[in-house]
Amino acid sequence: MIINEIIEELKLNQLSGEKNSMKTVDGVYICDLLSWVMANGSKGDIWITVQTHLNIIAVASLLEMPMIIVPESIEVEEETLAKADEENIIVCTSELDSFTLACKLNEMGM
Amino acid sequence: MAESEKTIKLEYEVGKEEFSKAGLASSNIKKVLNQIGIDAKVVRRVAIAAYESEINIVIHSEGGKITTEISHDKITVIAHDKGNGIENLEKAMTKGFSTASNEAREMGFGAGMGLPNMKRTSDQFSIESSKGAETRVEMIFNI
Repeated sequence: MIINEIIEELKLNQLSGEKNSMKTVDGVYICDLLSWVMANGSKGDIWITVQTHLNIIAVASLLEMPMIIVPESIEVEEETLAKADEENIIVCTSELDSFTLACKLNEMGM
Repeated sequence: MAESEKTIKLEYEVGKEEFSKAGLASSNIKKVLNQIGIDAKVVRRVAIAAYESEINIVIHSEGGKITTEISHDKITVIAHDKGNGIENLEKAMTKGFSTASNEAREMGFGAGMGLPNMKRTSDQFSIESSKGAETRVEMIFNI
């Protein structure tokens, strides 16, 4: 599924990474424990997490997860976004909680 | 020197509680491995192990370094810190066991998956440590 379509459909607030991204994602992983994500996240996943510090970009980049969605409008640190731009990781926030995001992504065919 | 004897060595210092820099060494290691054309699946495994090593040094130690040696048939990652050692290695290797601080846990570290992840991703894994001593983890990845 194309990232830009997900951003538009879910009305996400994109904070970093290329605009109108035509990159694709093919799965979703939800977890806030970084080593757990390291063990079980997959390349091409959208990662939904409430963590907003710099290290989430290292995890996403190492696992080649192109997109992070931070739920419930949690504010993301500036240094995290700067690093995300550097690594071209798309970070978005949403007013929705993780469960609702997962349901909507599922409805979209993920 | 014969082609098969050439090695590339990368070394990175990792500071105590330097959360903001954690991930730099593993990112650089990953970039170098990709540049020299190592298989993507092997790169991913090395990157995960190197990242967990970095985080362990940041969270649990007085600082240390990560050394990576790339030869024609294997990649060796060594994480060596300055202490203060692991009291019970068997417990430390158990999934879910962690001695991380509350601060580290709030940041999503301390899942108790670091050492198990390092063992799982590597082809050979060895760890030497005792209470009050340095810890040295050596991981080998066959190419």
